[in-house]
Amino acid sequence: MEKTIAGKSIAVNEEGYLTDFKQWDKSVGEALAAEAEINLTPRHWDVLTYLQTEHKNEVPLSIRKIGKSGVVDIKEFYQLFPKAPLKTATKIAGIPKPASCI
Amino acid sequence: MKHLVILGAGTAGTMMANHLSHHLKRPEWRISIIDEKTEHHYQPGYLFLPFDIYEPEDIVKSIDEFIPKAVDLVQGAIDKVVPSENKVLMHDGSVLVYDVLIVATGAKTAPEEIEGMKGSEWYKSVFDFYTFEGSLSLRNKLRDWKGGKLVVHITEMPIKCPVAPLEFAFLADSYFKHKHMRDKVDITYVTPLSGAFTKPKATEALEHLLHEKNINIESDFAIEHVDNEKKEIVDYGGRAIPFDILVTVPTNKGDEVIARSGMGDDLNYVPTHKATLQSKEYANVFVLGDASNIPASKAGSVAHFEAEILTDNILRFVKGEPLKDEFDGHANCFIETGNGKALLIDFNYTHEPVEGTFPFPGVGPLRLLKESRMNHMGKLAFRWIYWNVLLKGTHIPFVSASMSEAGKKYN
Repeated sequence: MEKTIAGKSIAVNEEGYLTDFKQWDKSVGEALAAEAEINLTPRHWDVLTYLQTEHKNEVPLSIRKIGKSGVVDIKEFYQLFPKAPLKTATKIAGIPKPASCI
Repeated sequence: MKHLVILGAGTAGTMMANHLSHHLKRPEWRISIIDEKTEHHYQPGYLFLPFDIYEPEDIVKSIDEFIPKAVDLVQGAIDKVVPSENKVLMHDGSVLVYDVLIVATGAKTAPEEIEGMKGSEWYKSVFDFYTFEGSLSLRNKLRDWKGGKLVVHITEMPIKCPVAPLEFAFLADSYFKHKHMRDKVDITYVTPLSGAFTKPKATEALEHLLHEKNINIESDFAIEHVDNEKKEIVDYGGRAIPFDILVTVPTNKGDEVIARSGMGDDLNYVPTHKATLQSKEYANVFVLGDASNIPASKAGSVAHFEAEILTDNILRFVKGEPLKDEFDGHANCFIETGNGKALLIDFNYTHEPVEGTFPFPGVGPLRLLKESRMNHMGKLAFRWIYWNVLLKGTHIPFVSASMSEAGKKYN
C-alpha cells in the first residue's frame, strides 16, 4: 500500500514499514519519528545510521547485538526509542521489522 | 581408514550415528560419537515433570542404549575443536583426527546472562523447566504451593522449542483447575515478542486460547534484571512485573566448546548454510540440531528432518559430489493446551503454520492449529516414537523431511 509521508507517496506494508529503502530520506525518517512521538537528536541518528548499515550488510538485528555494538547500550536504546525500541527504530530507519526468530 | 566424528550424543547426534552406520562401514570408515554425559534425556518430558504427568524414569535412559554397535562411543569431555587441523582435542589429552565432523552439541540455558536470575531466589521462587534439576525442583514447589502470582517468562529468542513456554502456561491452568485452586492463581505470560508466537496465524489462535484460559499476556518485554527482594522482573524500559513464582526460560546458548574453538557467533551457534547444513567456514564440517544458527526452530522434529537430508549430503560429500540444498526448515510440533487437548503446527522457512489436516490431506486424523484430543494422544504417543523410532533414525511413515502443502488452508 501507499502512504503519504513528508509529502511523498511511499510504499509501506500493513504495519507501516517501508518496503523500498530507496524511498527513504531524512525527512521521511523525521516524519515517521514524529508519528511515534519521538524528537530525533544526534544520538538517535547515530543509532538509525548504525541500523541501516547493519541491514545493508545483511546482519540480523537483535536487542542483544545492539547492546554489544558499542554504538548504544540497551538502557539508552530504550530511552531513545521507548517501549519497543527495535521495532520503532527500524520503522523510522526505513528498514524491515526484524524477523524475531522462530 | 577414514574417520567421521560426531560431537554430541543427544537427539541430533544419536540420529546421525544411526543413519550413517548403515552407509559408512568398516574397513573404509570408522564412526565415533563423543559425549561426556552417560544419560540421554527426553527433553520434551521436562514440560510434563512439574505437573506430575511424567516421572523422572519416563524421560531418562542410558546414552549407550541408542548408539549402534558399529559406532565408537567416546565418553569424555571435549576441550576444543581445531577445525583448521581437523582435530578434536579431549580434556584427558587424547586427540581425535577426523575426515568429516558433525557438530551436534546442542543448546543450553544460561541464566547467568541476566542479572539476579541465578540469585538468592533461584530454585526457591525462580525456576526454569529446561533442565532436569529445574523441572524437578519446580514440581516439588508446585505440589504444596498455596497460590499467588505465577509468571511464565521468556528471556530472549531464539530458544529451544519456542512453544514450550506457552504449553507450560496452558498446562498450569489445567493443573490448578484440577487442584480446585485456579481462582487462587494469577497466571501471566511475559514475552520479548510482540505477541504469543513468532508467526501471525498461530499467534492469533494462541492468543485466543490464552484469553479463554484467563492468562494475561505482557508482550515486548526485554528483561534487564530479576529483583530477588521485591520479587519482580524489570525490563529496560523500567516496566516491573511482580511474581510469587517465576518460571523463566533463560537465554539459550550453544555449547561453550564452540566458543573455545572459535567456531560460533555471539550466542555460540555455528554459522551454517540453511539448506545444505554445511558449515559456512569449513567444508568438511556439518552442523545439525540446536547447535547451528539456521533460522529454523530449535526442536527435535527439526533435527529429525535435518538428519534425513544431512545423511544424503554427507554421502555425497565423501564421494565428491555436489551437495543437495534441500532443507526447507520443516518443523512439526504438538502444542499441549491442557485438559487433555493439544494443537499441532507444521511449518517451514517460508510457510507459517495454518489450519488443515495432517498427515493425510483432507483426512487427518490430526488437525492443524485446532485443539483436539487426538492431537494430545499424538503428543503422548510421541515419547514412545522418540525412544523407539526417532533416535534409531527410522523414517516416520507419511511424514516427509520436506514440508507438504497439501491439506492446508493458505490464503
